[in-house]
Amino acid sequence: MLILTCPCCGVAGEETEFAAGGEAHLKRFGPGSDDDQFHDYLFMKENPKGVHLERWRHANGCGKWFLAARNTVTMEVYGTYAAQTYEPPKEIKDKISAKVPGWSWREFS
Amino acid sequence: MSTRLATGGRLIDRAKTVEFTFNGKRLKGRAGDTLASALLANDQMLVGRSFKYHRPRGIVASGGEEPNALMNMGEDARFEPNQRATTTELFEGLTCKSQNHFPSLEFDVGAINTRLSRFLPAGFYYKMFIHPRSFWKHVYEPFIRKSAGLGKAPRDRDQDTYEHFYAFTDVLVIGGGVAGLQAARAAAETGAKVMLIEQTADWGGRAMVDGGTVDGEPVDKFVQKILSELQEMSNVTLRTRMMGAGVYDHGYVLGYERVNDHQPDALGPRHRLWRIRAAQTITATGAIERPISFAGNDIPGVMLASAVRDYVVNFGVSAGDRTVVVTNNDDAYRTAFALKEQGLDVPAIIDARVLPQDSVLMAQAKAQGIRVIMGHGIAGVKGGKRVTGVQLCSQAGEGAVLEDIACDVVAMSGGWSPVVHLWSHCGGKLNWDEANAMFRPDVYKAPMGDAGEAFVSTAGAANGHFGLGDLLEDAHAAGLAAATATGAKAPKGFDAPKGITVEEAPIQPIWLMPQGAGPKKRMKAWLDYQNDVKVSDVQLAAQEGYESVEHAKRYTTLGMATDQGKLSNINGLAILSDALNQPIPQTGTTTFRPPYTPISMSSIAGEARGEIFQPLRKTVLHDWHEENGAFFEPVGAWRRPYCYQQSGESVKDAVIREIDGTRNSLALLDASTLGKIIVKGPDAGKFLDMMYTNMMSTLKPGKCRYGLMCGENGFLIDDGVVVRLDEETFLCHTTTGGAESIHGHMEDWLQCEWWDWKVYTANVTEQYAQIAVVGPNARNALARLTKDDISNDALPFMGFKDIELDGIPCRAYRISFSGELSYEIAVPASYGRALWDKLRAVGAEYDVTYYGTEGLHVMRAEKGFIMIGDETDGTVIPQDLNMQWAISKKKEDFLGKRAQERSHMADPNRWKLVGLETVDGSVLPEGAYAVADGENANGQRNTQGRVTSTYYSPTLKRGIAMGLVHNGPDRMGEVIDFPKVDGTVVQAKIVDQVFYDKDGEKQNV
Repeated sequence: MLILTCPCCGVAGEETEFAAGGEAHLKRFGPGSDDDQFHDYLFMKENPKGVHLERWRHANGCGKWFLAARNTVTMEVYGTYAAQTYEPPKEIKDKISAKVPGWSWREFS
Repeated sequence: MSTRLATGGRLIDRAKTVEFTFNGKRLKGRAGDTLASALLANDQMLVGRSFKYHRPRGIVASGGEEPNALMNMGEDARFEPNQRATTTELFEGLTCKSQNHFPSLEFDVGAINTRLSRFLPAGFYYKMFIHPRSFWKHVYEPFIRKSAGLGKAPRDRDQDTYEHFYAFTDVLVIGGGVAGLQAARAAAETGAKVMLIEQTADWGGRAMVDGGTVDGEPVDKFVQKILSELQEMSNVTLRTRMMGAGVYDHGYVLGYERVNDHQPDALGPRHRLWRIRAAQTITATGAIERPISFAGNDIPGVMLASAVRDYVVNFGVSAGDRTVVVTNNDDAYRTAFALKEQGLDVPAIIDARVLPQDSVLMAQAKAQGIRVIMGHGIAGVKGGKRVTGVQLCSQAGEGAVLEDIACDVVAMSGGWSPVVHLWSHCGGKLNWDEANAMFRPDVYKAPMGDAGEAFVSTAGAANGHFGLGDLLEDAHAAGLAAATATGAKAPKGFDAPKGITVEEAPIQPIWLMPQGAGPKKRMKAWLDYQNDVKVSDVQLAAQEGYESVEHAKRYTTLGMATDQGKLSNINGLAILSDALNQPIPQTGTTTFRPPYTPISMSSIAGEARGEIFQPLRKTVLHDWHEENGAFFEPVGAWRRPYCYQQSGESVKDAVIREIDGTRNSLALLDASTLGKIIVKGPDAGKFLDMMYTNMMSTLKPGKCRYGLMCGENGFLIDDGVVVRLDEETFLCHTTTGGAESIHGHMEDWLQCEWWDWKVYTANVTEQYAQIAVVGPNARNALARLTKDDISNDALPFMGFKDIELDGIPCRAYRISFSGELSYEIAVPASYGRALWDKLRAVGAEYDVTYYGTEGLHVMRAEKGFIMIGDETDGTVIPQDLNMQWAISKKKEDFLGKRAQERSHMADPNRWKLVGLETVDGSVLPEGAYAVADGENANGQRNTQGRVTSTYYSPTLKRGIAMGLVHNGPDRMGEVIDFPKVDGTVVQAKIVDQVFYDKDGEKQNV
């Protein structure tokens, strides 16, 4: 059972305190997008073996959504950060690079 | 025969007799016995029948790895199947029965299967039961169901209590043998918080039986000393009878404490499930001895060598008078010594190895006059329900019998396998140690924690160290390393105790005995006793292409029984490797999964049973409902009255009475459970335009609007009435079950997508009580409680107004889910009961009725209103429900808009909502499908629609339904067929979905 730290309220809690919300940094495609764009947005979610950026909600805590950089193989949590951002903070990216040289996730590396 | 010896038995109290019952026989044991040792003391070697062939089976082991001695334990409210006799401590009055036999243990009809065994090979079920297809349902499945399953299912409610504990520690040590004790002692010296758990009732593990020397003293003295030191330390917690059941991500460990299994009438819970968070976990879980695969190795009396000496040393019980030891390693010699010390006969030690010179233990055996036969093996075991002898052969040959040796016990040892289960649960990897023929933890590939650090380490025999010298060094280092990893400082000058490792000759892996055993012998050489898997089965699996160890396991069922292959897995994968002609590490192991041995279902439930199984949500009117005959139904975590039964009234009649009362005069409904979410801020209107398919920003303050909510995938997720309280404030009503998830949904979009919008949401569901005042007399009744103008002009349909009802400040909404004149009155929750009582009082004059959720459902169906979860199931879009009127065409965007443009969503062939009227007036079955002509690719009848809601309508006095039908709205008046499960067909006419008051004149007065 994972331990995650909510960057909003600072509480380190058990997995049961949180709700997973799938892939992070989603770019919404709405009306006006073509079929392929919308299909990819709706269905083609990242599910990597290794470094992953995810959405989590502190559902049984402060209620805030946040993002987590995590390794789905080693279970290491590189860090959690605010949901109101377009890319992972540099210090988290550096931390991942130190552990997993050459990593990439969508447009981030 | 097996019997109690005159002397010995370090764990028993000979002065205390304990009576127990086995298969109805009253037997006597001693305090300190396990059920297994007590059975052996009573010459009860035969304890069960095997699963597939019903072969007679005896006790094989002395611990949790026991595959055969499974009992139906206890009676009535304390009945529990599949309990291992070897881990059950004896208590006064224990009752148990052996399993899997008919009519009796001694004489079993199913044993005929063993004669048919050549017709029941691996994969038998897969091969046999495929054709003909129709046989599966009526012949094969009933037959398999009848014969499958070990033990009986309990019938009565468990009378005992169970609980969960939460614990946090720096270092958790699992296993209270010498290694675990030393690891805990070393960790504790640093000042770290240490918890040490041991699955049995006593400390010291195997060393207490096998002996040895530590710091110049006998090992049991050392155990006493270290234990008393640990007991003195305030930073150490010690628990016995507590097993490490599973290791999970980030240092979460489950401990299973059998608090009162050995004293069922004592106070306190029977089992306790510990949910432990440990920064570091050390698995000092020891090792398990392996059987050897030779013909007849399952006959009662063939036992693990270590178990034979455990029974002698721990319980003063001999498994038999004459014991032949068969081994491929030195350790089994200790069994011969223990037996000799008690004056028991050891006709021979059959050692499969050929060694250049005698080891220390071999020389000792010879010095004691024991016949040691090197390079030989067992060709076959003689006997049926009990061993009568063994046939000696050369290990290198094909099993030509050289000599018969009479004996009643065979003590076998195929070497030792470290217990790596807990290490492996969370991803710890293994290495194959060629020299010692065992898998051991790869300490460089440990399970990783949240900071990317190893959080599990291993010590002692679990780490492949067997001699006391190496083992203590290893455990000491593991304890210090774990403690310092948590931030503690290693003390100076604190060294490991010095143990003496006895020099042993190397093991020689023997996976089949004799090496050239032919098919007949391989069919009698058991690997998995509990699931009846033999060497020949695994070889057949390999031959038939099941090369992956995981496939071979499922094909043969090797290791899939309740013992999870603790004795059989390594032997099985060695046979598989040999058959595939590849090295063992290339075959690998199957996955180790928690729990280590089975834990009780009740311990998992803990306190969560009966009334406190789940927290219930109750409205402020719950007590009144309860006092007035409410028949409750669960709606999410709420309990809502389904109807109120009057004395002598059926549920069905109550619902009819409630609907008639509502439609004819006046009724009250507790609508408090409806979700209520405040959405507030300068951008609230803009935000709700995205959330709902309708336009909400144009709603005027003081007005209500019904809205539909879809997910980004276009499908309906919720509906409800939105109220604009003022320019910046909306109140969104949601379904009862949707309040929390819809609030979460709103927050998701606000926090993660439109985080710059100025909107605030609050779920105020429980802050308000809401009472629907419904029926033609609703206004008349309310007028008696207020001076405020509630006329149709002052408070029209889909409007709301703040009013005062006999001094209580209320908000009255003119909304209706029943089709009648209706006011939903919201008050702060604390006023709920007072308002309810006042409404009841004024309602008396109008013969007020109280209605529940079923009346609500029927009345909304009579009006053709949809219900989320009935008309929708996650695949339905508003267009399917003919609700285009609720989808704004002006809005550029809302959640679901783009998805509803996708080709399949816009397909004119989607089934659409219609009303259904049965031709004979009966009620359509729920979920019934309408059939169409022809068959699909699977030979099933084509369908053209399905029922989504169906009720008896008291208003129309007939069955009414709604359903989704292909081209439904264009087929009004057409009759379609709905077959029922009994084979008959109900015909229904496609009609408009609004059955009652089509123009809405009743609600709009």
